Amino acid sequence: MGRYVVRRLLQMIPVFAGSTFLIFFMVYALGDPVAALFGDKAPDPAVAARIRQELYLDQPLWKQYLHYMGQVLTGDFGTAFTGQPVLELMADAFPVTIRLTIVAVLFEVVVGIALGVAGGLRRGRPADTTVLMLTLVVVSVPTFVSGYVLQYLFGVRWGLVPPTVPPEAAFAQLLLPGVVLGLVSLAYVTRLTRTSLVENARADYIRTAVAKGLPRHRVVLRHLLRNSLIPVVTFIGADVGALMGGAIVTERIFNIHGVGYQLYQGILRQNSPTVVGFVTVLVLVFLVANLVVDLLYAVLDPRIRHA
Amino acid sequence: MPEPTDRIPPEARDAVGSAAGGAAGLATREAESLEGGPVPGTARSAKARSLWTDAWHDLRRNPVFVLSALVIVFLLLIAVWPSLVAGGNPLQCDLAKSQEGPQAGHPFGFDAQGCDVFTRTVHGARASITVGVCATAGAALLGSVLGGLAGYYGGWWDAVLSRLADVFFGIPIILGGLVFLSVVTGRSVWPVVGFIVLLGWPQISRIARGAVVAAKQHDYVQAARALGAGDARLLLRHIAPNAVAPVIVVATIALGTYIALEATLSFIGVGLRPPTVSWGIDISNASTQIRNAPHMLLWPAGALSLTVLAFIMLGDAVRDALDPKLR
Amino acid sequence: MRGGVRTRAGRVAGAVLGLLLVVAVGGCGGGAGGRVPGVVRASWGDPQNPLEPANTNEVQGGKVLDLIFRGLKKYDPKTGAAVDMLAERIESKDAQNFTVKVRGGWTFSNGEAVTARSFVDAWNYAALADNKQRNASFFAYIDGYEKVHPESGAATAKTLSGLALKDDRTFTVKLRTKFSTWPGTLGYPAFAPLPRAFFEDHDGWLKKPVGNGPYAIDSYTRGSAMRLSRWDGYPGPDKAENNGVELRVYTDSNTAYADLQAGNIDLVDDIPSTQLRNVRKDLDGRYINQPAGIIQTLVFPLYDAQWNRPGAEKVRRGLSMAINRGQITSQIYRDTRTPATDWTSPVLGEKGGYKAGLCGAACTYDPAAARRLIREGGGLPGGRVTVTSNVDTGSHRVWMDAVCNSINNVLGDDRACTVNPVGTFADFRSRIAQQAMSGMFRSGWQMDYPLIQNFLQPQFGTNASSNYGKFSDARFDGLVDRANAESDTAAAVATFQEAERILAERMPAVPLWYQNGNAGYAAGLSDVALNQFSVPVYERIKVK
Repeated sequence: MGRYVVRRLLQMIPVFAGSTFLIFFMVYALGDPVAALFGDKAPDPAVAARIRQELYLDQPLWKQYLHYMGQVLTGDFGTAFTGQPVLELMADAFPVTIRLTIVAVLFEVVVGIALGVAGGLRRGRPADTTVLMLTLVVVSVPTFVSGYVLQYLFGVRWGLVPPTVPPEAAFAQLLLPGVVLGLVSLAYVTRLTRTSLVENARADYIRTAVAKGLPRHRVVLRHLLRNSLIPVVTFIGADVGALMGGAIVTERIFNIHGVGYQLYQGILRQNSPTVVGFVTVLVLVFLVANLVVDLLYAVLDPRIRHA
Repeated sequence: MPEPTDRIPPEARDAVGSAAGGAAGLATREAESLEGGPVPGTARSAKARSLWTDAWHDLRRNPVFVLSALVIVFLLLIAVWPSLVAGGNPLQCDLAKSQEGPQAGHPFGFDAQGCDVFTRTVHGARASITVGVCATAGAALLGSVLGGLAGYYGGWWDAVLSRLADVFFGIPIILGGLVFLSVVTGRSVWPVVGFIVLLGWPQISRIARGAVVAAKQHDYVQAARALGAGDARLLLRHIAPNAVAPVIVVATIALGTYIALEATLSFIGVGLRPPTVSWGIDISNASTQIRNAPHMLLWPAGALSLTVLAFIMLGDAVRDALDPKLR
Repeated sequence: MRGGVRTRAGRVAGAVLGLLLVVAVGGCGGGAGGRVPGVVRASWGDPQNPLEPANTNEVQGGKVLDLIFRGLKKYDPKTGAAVDMLAERIESKDAQNFTVKVRGGWTFSNGEAVTARSFVDAWNYAALADNKQRNASFFAYIDGYEKVHPESGAATAKTLSGLALKDDRTFTVKLRTKFSTWPGTLGYPAFAPLPRAFFEDHDGWLKKPVGNGPYAIDSYTRGSAMRLSRWDGYPGPDKAENNGVELRVYTDSNTAYADLQAGNIDLVDDIPSTQLRNVRKDLDGRYINQPAGIIQTLVFPLYDAQWNRPGAEKVRRGLSMAINRGQITSQIYRDTRTPATDWTSPVLGEKGGYKAGLCGAACTYDPAAARRLIREGGGLPGGRVTVTSNVDTGSHRVWMDAVCNSINNVLGDDRACTVNPVGTFADFRSRIAQQAMSGMFRSGWQMDYPLIQNFLQPQFGTNASSNYGKFSDARFDGLVDRANAESDTAAAVATFQEAERILAERMPAVPLWYQNGNAGYAAGLSDVALNQFSVPVYERIKVK
């Protein structure tokens, strides 16, 4: 068990190297960022040349990468074009986005599983159909629309919450954005829970539990739900990282200066230190989230062992 | 009356008790029946039918399946011959009619450029359904094969495949789109499909891996293995049917999100291009106009919903048909 | 055994989750708080570059410079005329050698006096290539620029030889060539004076810039907000009418607009185009829509022989006539753009060189004439034309589609014109720089200073810095040179307009529309206006 965890943590090293290089290469492939620094005006050749030199952009790709990695190993993640160190951007952006993700994940876990159970236990009945329709709406209406409509209704029309999130972005202020961010994942969690529940409801151990005369809620919670959660947990584990990096639209609508925003800016401005720094941290988040998921498998199903 | 089956009937398993206990007893019976021995019961067919033919037999009688299949056939028909339903030209636009509501001859109104929403919705089916169905099929196939192998073999296989998935998962869609798709100059849907498969498979592979990890612990699998069933047989006949449900669920919802993803790619200039018409592009154009012209969103989003609904129902029916416990 | 695994696994998972929570919660801090009386809360965007005056080339950084700096000249927000601010007088006998006398009694907000040296040092800093200032080229007119800023290689001088300090309040400027309207360029923020602190503690200055304008910066949290308060010691005539300005960073104008409707912010200077249909109703008329010094054009790649063969100018003119500008600006932009009929901007005024209708028939929608001209000119190259622009900013896709639809409707061919969206601005700029365009491409020109020269020479002069289509016309160049040497402003303007008529003939770029600035504001504000750079005139805003 301990060795399993250590081995998984050691796997982070090659993944770190691989993903930094891949992302570095991809940003490099986007082309010359210096051309865009002068707005609609033609770049000043002397200034452009000096900026390229300063950013190591006049070097071949492998030298650029080695230079960057050398910096990273000394704790310097480079600077964005605004002159701000990337480390500072990360220190500002990640806490906000982690809080937003926690809200979104809690929302999809609590509401998603509840709806999934409601639908799964009443298969084919109105409750089930309603949940299915909700899924369809969530899948086919873009986040931009749902976010904008909810912001307009709650923030502007009814004035229940401020339409935007202030810079300190406390948990309470992130409720609405968290819900918007979690909507699409909610559809997945709901459907997965429902299907898994329907499938396991016929399993032998449930029949046994019922036959033993256990109360219904105990059967549902202790036996049925617990064994149905593996796909749900897998999905959420994968989703944590996706939510953190993919909140571009939600962060924009609610004016949250988080990871999605910085990443988006970094990509559009082709600033490799920003993009590589943020993506690398995200990949590490995926790794940790996956490890947690794998450990949870053993909790949910005692037959699964990790060697 | 349960259908004749080459798998163990549920009541037989009940008799053995819970999955946790009595593994030995169950194992023999399960393995016996799974290895294709004739099972006592109505022997309508002398030949033992495979799991898959059996499922097909079930499906044909399932009204949910029939209905969803009809809807899908209808959508495919529109995709192939859009002019059957909408004779107009989706590229014929009159800006003077920008965002006007429904009127005679134009039941769905006009979009911001003054194009007829009905014609565009019908003509958008081809690109959107191609992207949705092909990307989903590709990602589901690649994801479940790689995820399944990782879950089944564990160890090095698992480490390499899962970490590879992590790295791919980490590529931001916008960055990937700009890098991979901007080098493609053509305007066909296939680069977009390929790209979505490339970034979509890790999610499905995670789900498949988790499901296989859980399924391979089941006693009947252990038993079949003890009886000498090969890896391929174990995976295909014993594990896959029990692990396929979550993959189907995720894939059917992903179908909808992939169609929407195409819009994101088109929005950043690397997706489909005119004269190609798609729901995704129209939804994304409409979504900024939601306060002034909600009809622009309603129809393409409705068409997308119908498609997703049909595939979710189809997926549900297929899953039921494959589930041995529902018999 | 199993139980052990379970609880241990659970514990590890719990510990990791706990760690994440701590990281998340630990990030709390700061506090935006409510509103301070008399302070204008205004929308802002994150400046793209460090906030040095000569390094700021976009409007968001420009807002801050406008608040905290005053230069020799300032453009009157209403008329656009360059009026003396710190300049007591700027004199020249030959349109090439200028003597600048700086007004006394001005200080920076840290108490340091503004002297002639404050300007000379700042300008030398801006021009020196090693300082990598984006706007260094503004100083290219000054003698000695090629020494401090050679196109390649190291600088051979540290200071501009054309700048000389005479006394505490006087310096002289020698230009490389005659440029009679040069003093009119000095209202641009790049020409601002800089305090010693800028050179002595550069990092510290960047964290909290100090200037000589009507406001002083209280605090600056990068990426989220800047607070400025009125500087009571400000000696200038345009003292702030409010207690301060709080600039808040918004990443999307729709969001800022929602905050304005909800009363969380007082001033939004970029109303999203999607709200234009309802903005007057939403804001009860508290909405401004006025011209700004921006013109959007579609440039032809004249370096491509297909677009430059004999007769191609007919095709170019025909395409211009196939674009229904009036319909696009009203249906898509709700009149926040005005169809362009020359290559300048209405903010110049008649005297400054704007002349409505100068382009004549070539910029008027006329389907029949457009078809005829394109046919006579030999048709579109290969029967096709593309419209290229970046689509990552400015929602360009909408007008690109509309322009193509308009051309296609005129030509009766669905596929004659197609849009060619480019994912990033940098990629778009690179393609322009590499001369890789094969069809029309967008060029947005935001004036640096309200002079007709600034619209014509950099964009259409042979080998000029922003002449992306590589247009070249000896008559045009000759007229521009003559206009620059003209010491009488009216005569100079007339000569520039004569040059502009050549553009109407040869159509190197299709003028699409003049862009307006627009803004919405809260009920508590009055006297809200935008200047011709579409920046709000903050100091004149009154707060109830």
